[in-house]
Amino acid sequence: MAKRIDIKDLNLFYGSFHAVDGVTLAVPPRNVTAFIGPSGCGKSTVLRSLNRMHEVIPGARAEGQVLLDGEDIYSAAVDPVSVRRTIGMVFQRPNPFPTMSIRDNVVAGLRLAGVRDRKRLDEVAERALRGANLWAEVKDRLGKPGGGLSGGQQQRLCIARAIAVQPDVLLMDEPCSALDPISTLAIEDLIGELKKDYTIVIVTHNMQQAARVSDQTAFFNLAGVGQPGKLIEVDDTEKIFSNPSTKATEDYISGRFG
Amino acid sequence: MTTATTDLDRPATPPAFQEISPGRKFRNRLATVLVTGAFLVAMVPLVWVIWTVLAKGLHRVLNADWWQKSFGGLTSRNPGGGVYHAIYGTLLQGLLCAVIAVPIAIMVAVYLVEYGRRSRLAKAVTFTVDILSGVPSIVAALFLYALWVTTLGLPRSAFAVSLALVLLMIPVVVRTTEELLKIVPDELREASYALGIPKWKTIVKIVLPTAMSGIITGVMLALARVMGETAPVLVLVGYNQFINYDPFQGNMASLPLLMNSERLTTNAIGEARVWGAAVTLVLIITVFNLLGSLLSRLTAIKTK
Repeated sequence: MAKRIDIKDLNLFYGSFHAVDGVTLAVPPRNVTAFIGPSGCGKSTVLRSLNRMHEVIPGARAEGQVLLDGEDIYSAAVDPVSVRRTIGMVFQRPNPFPTMSIRDNVVAGLRLAGVRDRKRLDEVAERALRGANLWAEVKDRLGKPGGGLSGGQQQRLCIARAIAVQPDVLLMDEPCSALDPISTLAIEDLIGELKKDYTIVIVTHNMQQAARVSDQTAFFNLAGVGQPGKLIEVDDTEKIFSNPSTKATEDYISGRFG
Repeated sequence: MTTATTDLDRPATPPAFQEISPGRKFRNRLATVLVTGAFLVAMVPLVWVIWTVLAKGLHRVLNADWWQKSFGGLTSRNPGGGVYHAIYGTLLQGLLCAVIAVPIAIMVAVYLVEYGRRSRLAKAVTFTVDILSGVPSIVAALFLYALWVTTLGLPRSAFAVSLALVLLMIPVVVRTTEELLKIVPDELREASYALGIPKWKTIVKIVLPTAMSGIITGVMLALARVMGETAPVLVLVGYNQFINYDPFQGNMASLPLLMNSERLTTNAIGEARVWGAAVTLVLIITVFNLLGSLLSRLTAIKTK
């Protein structure tokens, strides 16, 4: 299941704009890695490049290597669809499919991949919803539309949907930024449980959150507007927040800029 | 004991809020009168038309024969008979048109929104659709005549009418579908891609169902519009008093065509036939509009 990611000299572009410059980073399995940094530093762009969602934006492209247990997801022979099946993603704003019920949302990935067996789908739905700590709240209304849930429940539904296809890695792009503190706590607890089975990479603007949930933290920064974002420092979360090796990191986490 | 008024009891400044000024009251009233007046002016011809049509034609329609029989074998002096042949023609031509036009139009819209964004071909298609939506129905009819009858040497028929209606229906459905697909949030597409669902499946299973309710409304409105088109039936098929079920051969009546030819019957019976057909056409179009809003309500996105 959980696999390691090695990013090697990754450069990301939007058209002619060089968005991220030369990132090299290792993400160990069964571990939470947090990306922090000011707006526009490219942390979300790097995250999206890890399951080839970056290139979905017209004109966007990537150079360099991203190895999943040694296999380059950017090699020419690799189908991006199969990459995304292996590396799941949770977005900033909860985005359940509005035409589907709660259950159908959870099993959407399997159903649209051709799984028809009702019994198996029901089992997967229950397991994923339990995994996302949502089962108790929705078990009596699985047939109701996903859009009727609260924001925090919708986000956990999206996490359930992402883990239902049993990915090796889970990417989270500011998963709590649209949620209230109670729902945020629920998601953070969930991340703590999910890391037993998955490799997790999370982008967050909230440094306390990075300190709370992650084992490893990567700090990104940019020299100025129009300049590419860069990876400044990556280390154990404890070290980054207590004794970072660069001045920029220390300034950022202590709130002196950004 | 008297209570002395101190400075504290008096407001330090004059009240901050004022009454509505007379000028603004006047402008408000004027605008209200103008807007209401415009509404009434717009309603007058509408109500008048519906009233005239119902007053002159309703008595003819409230008769079972009207819906079940044709004018076959009846002369202009024989009362009775019905417009079953023309209702059949109108519905058949409209539905044949929809069967051809709707899939093409939806696929064009899918191309424009999902694949062609900003490409040169997409721009050319959009431009063509814009022009096509401005083409008068008589031009579409004459084009089809030139193609179907003059060039291909095929007979005039109901199917040729349907093809002319296709030209009129495609741009309308492309436009509405395009707008509806554009408002499907990109987040849903991304959520689907991130689950490892290929693009075509995302479009078929996520994007189109999300927009389906509006697309159905658009299709029904377009259908109601083309069923009332007169130029194509005048040019591309002949009137027939008898029932003809075959769209590829022979003349076939439709309600607009029936009205146009019975108009030439200058007696009370002919007049009643024309108005009766008018009521029937209005009714059919109303039913299609209602059906459209019912279907769109049934397929609408629910949150409860």
